[in-house]
This record gives sequence, structure tokens and C-alpha cells, in this order.
Amino acid sequence: MTIPAHRDLVLDVRGLRKTFHSRNGGPREALRGIGFSIERGSCLAVVGESGSGKTTAARIVAGLESATSGTVVVTDGRAGGKTRHGVQMVFQDPYGSLDPRQAVGAGLHELLKIHGMRRRADRRTRVSELLESVGLDDRHAGRYPASLSGGQRQRVAIARALALNPALLILDEAVSALDVSVQAQVLNLLADIRERTRISYLFVSHDLGVVRQVSDTCIVLRNGRLIESGPTADVLDAPRQGYTRALVDAVPRPGWRPRRRPA
Amino acid sequence: MTPAPLFRIQDLHVRLRHRGGERTLVREVSLSVRSGQSVGLVGESGSGKSVSIKAAMRLLPRGTRAEGRIAFDGGDVLTLGRRELARYRSREVALIHQDPRAHINPTRTVGAFLTEGVVHTGQMNRAEATERACALMADVGITDAARRLHQYPHQLSGGLLQRVMIVAALLPSPRLIFADEPTTALDVTVQSDVMAILLEQIRERQVSMLFVTHDLDLAAAVTDRLAVMYAGSIVETGPSAEISARPLHPYTAGLLQCRPSTAEVKRLTAIPGRPVAAHEAGTGCSFAPRCPFAVERCRAERPHDRSIEGRTVACHRVEEIADRLEERAS
Amino acid sequence: MAVTLGTAGELTRRRFASLGRPALIASTLVAGGLTLIAVIGPWIAPYDPDATDVLAAHQGPGARHLLGTDSLGRDILSRALAGARLSFAGPAVIMLISTILGTALAIFSAWHGGRVDRMVNRLLNVMFSVPGVLVAVLSSAVFGSGFWAPVLALGVVYLPYMARVVRSVAVRERHRGYVESLQLAGMSSWRICLRHLVPNVLPIVTAQGTYGFGSALADFAAVSFLGLGIQPPAAEWGVMVSEGRSELLDGALQQSLSAGTLIVVTVVAFNVLGAQLSSRSGGRR
Repeated sequence: MTIPAHRDLVLDVRGLRKTFHSRNGGPREALRGIGFSIERGSCLAVVGESGSGKTTAARIVAGLESATSGTVVVTDGRAGGKTRHGVQMVFQDPYGSLDPRQAVGAGLHELLKIHGMRRRADRRTRVSELLESVGLDDRHAGRYPASLSGGQRQRVAIARALALNPALLILDEAVSALDVSVQAQVLNLLADIRERTRISYLFVSHDLGVVRQVSDTCIVLRNGRLIESGPTADVLDAPRQGYTRALVDAVPRPGWRPRRRPA
Repeated sequence: MTPAPLFRIQDLHVRLRHRGGERTLVREVSLSVRSGQSVGLVGESGSGKSVSIKAAMRLLPRGTRAEGRIAFDGGDVLTLGRRELARYRSREVALIHQDPRAHINPTRTVGAFLTEGVVHTGQMNRAEATERACALMADVGITDAARRLHQYPHQLSGGLLQRVMIVAALLPSPRLIFADEPTTALDVTVQSDVMAILLEQIRERQVSMLFVTHDLDLAAAVTDRLAVMYAGSIVETGPSAEISARPLHPYTAGLLQCRPSTAEVKRLTAIPGRPVAAHEAGTGCSFAPRCPFAVERCRAERPHDRSIEGRTVACHRVEEIADRLEERAS
Repeated sequence: MAVTLGTAGELTRRRFASLGRPALIASTLVAGGLTLIAVIGPWIAPYDPDATDVLAAHQGPGARHLLGTDSLGRDILSRALAGARLSFAGPAVIMLISTILGTALAIFSAWHGGRVDRMVNRLLNVMFSVPGVLVAVLSSAVFGSGFWAPVLALGVVYLPYMARVVRSVAVRERHRGYVESLQLAGMSSWRICLRHLVPNVLPIVTAQGTYGFGSALADFAAVSFLGLGIQPPAAEWGVMVSEGRSELLDGALQQSLSAGTLIVVTVVAFNVLGAQLSSRSGGRR
């Protein structure tokens, strides 16, 4: 994929490979050389089934995992620090994504404090802003995760990620564990946040309906290889690869019938 | 007159002992499955759909009490004695779980798992059981059945293992299969495959199915009738195609509208708030706090089932709002 | 005297955990009461525990001396009450050492995982294979008897028990999403461990510490009983059991019996309480 130089990229990934070596059994190639990029302010969806390498790719971009080879360039428009604050991540499991022994407000205060917001009054204003931006309010600041619903927890996780003003937010199956009626709220929230700010999303999901809703472009992974990429509407409406077509066809919708895979 | 249904739940209540008091998990659930019919039970977390299935299998945990009537082929399931219950569970009905790996002994081979039950209950001898298991495995598209019988669960993929579970369910030739989110843990392409196989098998054998899922689109596609549950009660029952084309209960309509489509982009009409459990619901309609059509009466008085357009809908205002729901959906 | 280390302890522990709520309340009351006695014992003792009165020696239980007197005429009740402090101080310091070091080692191991974790595990297994009381006895033999030699030795002996239990919980917490989010937020490993991991393993640390306290008390008393820990004439339960032995021949059971009973009751109370706490802390998601 060639990229014209004038495009303002927030993320540029090239030739990404990752091989896992387990202690028993041989090496497993999770990613076999994939490349993609995200323009500032846009949303790229990484689509694939289990074992496709989509989560591994996201974790490498976040810096939670190191690549075997390849380059990951994040341009967050700020002076580079030691860690990549420019990239934050929201995880799938709403129950594991928050420290169970820390109140919501205290957690946000802690984050802001270690990032240089010294004055308590400043932090308090910012915490209120952050909670409001994810559809919560100051009453939730004193609550512990155990007293929040799954949807509220994911909202708090998003607020925590936004606290550091990231240029890129990675959402790793962030709405998959939520009930459909709550999932729609969080998807709308994510759309609103993107409208308000210039944040970019890397949205990892197996759910093509969700992907259609949130992303501008998408890439389809299978067994660690990139098999199709392009604007989301084009890829889902007119897939060029048989595998992508099979993925689209397998999504239940009105009038749909399950089909046996050809053996 | 139509014959009596094969399986019928009437006015089922399930309550859980909780801190000295009782908590309602399921309230006034009535539902029937005819011979050869498949019925979908759809709901979000806490709606009571899985609890209802557990009650139907008499698998409720300790401290839980089921009241009402659950009839299978005319007999009352809730009062079955130990031996009849064992017979009911091993021959008349079968259960397919969401997570096959959690329900198979990892230290035994697939063959041992499949044949153990039917041999133990004396329905077949080991050779017959193995032969029939091989035949069924071929039917569900498992190639090389003889070799698979000697493999262990960890050597099989999730999709393959769920097909083994279908074989296990079909082996004793049950008349009704309870499927509790059987494809939720699977990838979509595998889900389509496994669902197609399951449907093929139950149609061929005239087996009835009660299919529990959170996915309304999936349920509508694979069942004849649907029952939509919210907060421990059924809010709407009717033919699957009609419900998904023209929902009559505001909750069903809301569910259909907030599901993102793969074919078009539009702002999702989310249902405000979160799903509640039966014990959290107040005196009125349990959906009233989230319902855009709720009026004073909805908050004060629990709605009873009303028949409309060949469906059963638990909503006070169903006649007034039926057409507005459709408007909103389009 | 019972030495409650080892696998037999594991089985009892599971049995204790299955006793339910009444056991939790009873063990809290007993353990709490005994701890209170350990603090105020010397002040509520009716007599000076060290005052000898040869004329009043070898008295049976009576109105003046509720539990009678020993061979030197000291009041046994006073010695039992006052001795509680030394008997508790030993295991308290033992658990303090093993808890701090064990928890630190467990979190260090869980945080780094991989090779570090395997090495720590191997080290713990080696430590497990060394019999506890033997180490305490050797330590006293080398460094001389008294309070500190057996206490330091037992502190190290109890370390792997704490470390193993805490490690398993810490490993689980380590891989929860929130820890990774904190790393992404640029928080230092130190801060994440101290401010987030430690609070989340605290319930299991408390439970294991309470459980271990009972066992450590028995081991510490055993060392004193063998004459290698606290030395007579100091009042301490292990010493009292030992001193009472010579009186057993004369038919005077009360000194050995009262001190022995106190040890057994304390051990059981703390063991039950610890097992209850740990079974309750496990239910949290």
C-alpha cells in the first residue's frame, strides 16, 4: 500500500510480524507481515475471526507486546516522551478493566496527577468534564466498579483513556461483552466523541454490524495475513475476497438462513 | 382442535432465597413447544431465559424454587420422581450448552464421552452406541469419525466440539432439545455452519427445540416462533417472521432498532438505561422506565398478556402504539 | 505438641473453611478475646506472675488461686494471663516477617512472570521441603536460645506459605485489563504494584496471615517447650507446659493442662478464622 505524503497519518504500521514461542509446541505465527495506516480523526476497523491476529496487532500498536519485526509509527503531534501516552486502549472485559478497589473518581484523579495536573481544583473540574463526556456525572465519582453495570464500566474505561488526550484510542472488542441495548449507547457515545475531538480509533471487532457503524476504513485479517482492505462500505457491500464474503454472509439478519460451509 | 403441545410451561415463577427474603428471577412465564417445532427464547442478560431452561430440566441450583406447571407430553416435570426424572433427562430431552469445553471431561476421549450416557442408561450396548455415534458424526459433517472418537476434547476446535455436543444430544433420540446459546462462543462463519447442521438434524428427525439466545436476528432466522423476555417475564410471543418484521412490544422494537446493520450506517436508536433483572422491577411494567411510550398507567400497573394480530403482547398500550412502533423502525 | 505445618494442615484448612458463618463469628470472638488478653494480660493478672512463695507451692485449684500454684508457689492463672503476651509476640513477629517478605516476593514474581516466576517457584519449593521446627531448633543452637533466634528462623520458614498463596492471586490480578491500562497510562511498575496490586491481594494476605499466626504460635511454643526459645523463669505457654511436666508425676495436671489448652484453643481459633477469611475473599471477582 503506498501512501501519498500529504496525508496526515496518526498511525503507520508496516511489515508487522509476530511469532509466539510457547514452551511446549513449536513457534506460532500470529502475524505474517501486515501493514495499515490511520488518518488523523478517522476510524480503522480490524476485522477477523478468532486466531486471525487482530488482537495481537492491536496490542503491538499499544506497546503491550513487541513485534518480531516491522515498524509502528505513532505521530501524536506532541513531543515524544518515554511512553506512548498518545495511544490508549479499552479492553473487552468490563469486569477486569477497572481496579476493583479504587473508586472511579480517585482513579481519574490519580491518572491526572501523575500526568502533571498538580492542583486539586483543576483535577476536580477535569474529572467532572471527563465523566460528563462519557454520559456519567459526579455521582459516579464515588462509586466502586462493583456497583456499576457493564455499560457504565466501559464508559469509565473510556473516560480513563480520554483523560490522557490520546491521539489514538484502541478499542479491542470494547462493546462485544455488552447487551445489545447498551452496546448501541456506547457506540453512539464513541461516535459523539469522535465528532467532538480529533481522536482516531483503531477498532478491533469480530462484529461486522458494529464495524459498519463506527469505521471509515477496515482491514480483514485471516491467520495473520491481511486479505482485504479499503473503505468499510466498499469492503462489506462488495467484498472482493471469498473469505470476506463468507464473513458478511454469516451475519444473521432478516431473511437470513444459516448455511453449511462447503466441506 | 390442535393437539396438545409436546412441552408446555404455564405460569412459571422462579424465586431465589436471598438474605432471608426471596428474589424473583422469573415471573409468570408461559410458553409451549409443539412436536417438531422450534421456539426461540430471546432476552438480554438477567432476563431469566437461561433460568427458565434450567427449571425445565430441573437443574436449578439449591436455594431456588420453581412454581407453576411444566408439562412434557402431559406429565408434570416439576413433580417427577427420581427415576422418572432420570429417564426424562436422559431420553426425552437433551441440553446443548453455550460453552462445550466446560461441559466435557477433558481427560476422557470424545468416544467415551459420547457413548457413556446411552450405555449407562441401558439404551444401547457399547458397540451399537459407537456405531450410531459414528453415523451421527458423519451426518453433522465430521469427517473421519472413527479417528475423532479416540481424540481428546483439547484436540478439537470450538466449532467441531459443538458439533460433537450436537451428536451427544441426538444420540439418545430425544424429542426435545434445549439449546442454551449454542453458538454464542463461536465465530460467525462457524455459527452459521453449526446452526445449519443443527436445524437440518432436528428437522430430519422431527425433534422439537427450545432455542435460547440474546441474538434476536439469529433466533428469528432459525425458529418458527419467538418469545421475547425482559426482566424475568415474556413480553411478546408470536411467529418469528412476523415479530422480526413488525414488532408489537416497544422492547422488541427497541432491540431490533439498536442492532447495527452490516448493510447501512445510521445513528442507532439506543434504548436508554440498562436491562434490569426481575427483582429490580417495580410494581408497574418492568420496561416502563426505558420505554418511550410509557404513561402513568404503565408505571403503576403490571400489564397482562393481550392477544393482538395472532400474537401475545404484554403491553397496556399495544393497540394504540402498534403502528407508531413500525413507523419508528423504518 | 502439634506442629501444624505441611499437607495435613491443608486438609484441615479446607474443613475449617466449610464450617460456615457460625464458625466465623465464634472464631472471631475467641481469637479477638485471646488477643485482648495478650495485650492486657499482665495488668489483669491477680498476682505477680514471677512472685514465688515456697510455702504455697503445689496447691490445687482453690478460692485464692483459681488454677492453683506451681512448684515454686507462683500463681498459675497469673502466669497464663501474663504469658499470653510473650506467646503472642513470637508468632506476631514471625508473621510480620513472612508476610512482608512473602508478599513482596509474590508480587515481584507475578509482575515479572516468565523466567523470574519459574525461578521463584523453584526457590519456594526448596523452602517448602525444609521442616520448620528443625530450622528453628538449629537457629537456636547456632545463635543461642531466646526470643529472636527462633522467631527469625520461623519467619523465613513461613515465608513460602504466604508467597505461594499471594502469588496465585497476584498472577490473576496481573493479567486483568486494568493493570495493562495503567501501564499504558504511563504509570510506573512500582506505583502499579504498591497502589493497585497490593490492595487487591490484601484480603488473601490477611486471611493467610491469620491462618499462619495460629500455626506459628504452636511452633514457637514448641521451640520454647524444647528449651531452645524463651527461657524459664519467664512466663510463656510453651515454657509452662514444659515446667508442668515434672508436676505431672505428682498428679498436678493444672499447669501443663491450662497452658496446653490455651495453645490449642488459640491455634484452632486463628486457623478457623484464617480459613474462613480466605474462603470469603475468594468469591470476589
